[in-house]
Amino acid sequence: MSTQEQTFEQAMARLEEIVQIMERGDAPLEQSLALFEEGTKLVRLCTQALENAQQRVTILQKQDDGRVVEQKFGGSDGTPDTP
Amino acid sequence: MSDTVTIALSEPGNQVYSVTELTLHIKGILEADPMLAGVYVAGEVSNLRYHSSGHVYLTLKDTDSVLRAVMFKPSAMKLPFKLIDGMKVIAHGRVTVFGGAGQHQLVMDSLQPDGIGALFLAFEQLKKKLGDEGLFAVSRKKKLPVFPRRIALITSPTGAAVRDMLRILGHRYPLARIRILPVRVQGDEAPGEIADALTFANRYRIAELIICGRGGGSIEDLWAFNDERVARAIAASRIPVISAVGHEPDVTIADFVADVRAATPSNAAELAVPDRTELLAYLRTADARLIRAMNTRLSKTSERLRVLAASRVLQSPENTLQDRRLALDHKTDRLLSAAQRILAKKRESYLRSVSKLEALSPMKVLARGYAFARDAQGEIVTNADTLQPGDLLKLTLYHGTLLSRVEEIQGDNR
Repeated sequence: MSTQEQTFEQAMARLEEIVQIMERGDAPLEQSLALFEEGTKLVRLCTQALENAQQRVTILQKQDDGRVVEQKFGGSDGTPDTP
Repeated sequence: MSDTVTIALSEPGNQVYSVTELTLHIKGILEADPMLAGVYVAGEVSNLRYHSSGHVYLTLKDTDSVLRAVMFKPSAMKLPFKLIDGMKVIAHGRVTVFGGAGQHQLVMDSLQPDGIGALFLAFEQLKKKLGDEGLFAVSRKKKLPVFPRRIALITSPTGAAVRDMLRILGHRYPLARIRILPVRVQGDEAPGEIADALTFANRYRIAELIICGRGGGSIEDLWAFNDERVARAIAASRIPVISAVGHEPDVTIADFVADVRAATPSNAAELAVPDRTELLAYLRTADARLIRAMNTRLSKTSERLRVLAASRVLQSPENTLQDRRLALDHKTDRLLSAAQRILAKKRESYLRSVSKLEALSPMKVLARGYAFARDAQGEIVTNADTLQPGDLLKLTLYHGTLLSRVEEIQGDNR
């Protein structure tokens, strides 16, 4: 899931690129098929990423010794209302 | 002349003071006066001098009188705005006598512009200063990332603003990781903390986007976002910053410097990320577009196959070839209809069928290096024994045709 998340932007950009190449219709058939397959896979991955993602919230607290510690954020005051 | 003095001195109770003694006496009286210990004075600033020690010296005057005044460094540092000569002010302080010169002066502990508010003046002054430096220039504004992976919230970890932002960010685009840098958003410590958090976020590159702000409040509550340190930290940020201070009508210096100004923290969250619902709709559209394009591409291929199958190269009276052509036509039809049927159902197997289809193209065969051989009469040659050395042979390649002559008959190579 994390790799998907890291590449969501690239996946969306690649998908748009593929759709445009496909719609120009001038790619050789073999390439069209490969692109079609890749595009369909990207649609599936991106859709899954969006549907399954859970918001992650952390807080970076400065400690007395000056270090900054990252902790999960939640609790009484700031529980995110994730659908 | 000297009599007068003598008489005065001879009066009982009269005493001769030294200058210092008299000065100290006056000082004692002035400084014992409760009214003079804390008094408001309205006047116009003149002879203004910001001393390198941090003290501020000036003269307050009106049409008839002048009053020397000083503000020592600790108080001067708290002045939110910069004084200028000619400014009308109301000063507060105590009246003292300045030892050496024996002059009374006002030691000011606070000062505000007469007529307009001190904060308003400070705001305008800083705005002008930073504007003159070009910090608000449109050319400095950075573009926001379309799909930010990580977003830093520089705000109070408690309160409605952070909750609103988390809720909207989580609803619209849960893919973004949120990192909260907790800071105080009002009070004396706030500007330093906010500026430090901005610097920290940049030093460690903790996000691709920063939202910096707080919920609504009075102008004093929002004042940290009019602080020069905060403004400069935002301007120095290499990570794009959305300012999100207060409500719609509240405008702070931070808003001018930020790459994008949001009307409210909620609005900032909306500007920060794309909307999942819209993205899913886009993905559905993209899927449909892919299928439509693939269908079109396939129809084009099948059309080309039919044209090729009917072309002159294959329009030969030679039976074998005729049979092959028919077989090809047949296969083409079958594969195409199969392909179309499968496409509607199942993409993967559809893809494989279509690959086979392409492999059947006669042009594809030629492209792999095969050639058609025809004799002088234009008949397709399938048997070497039908020719003699010296006979002409026409070879049709993928690109172009060769007119060649037979050198030697080598017999059956099957």
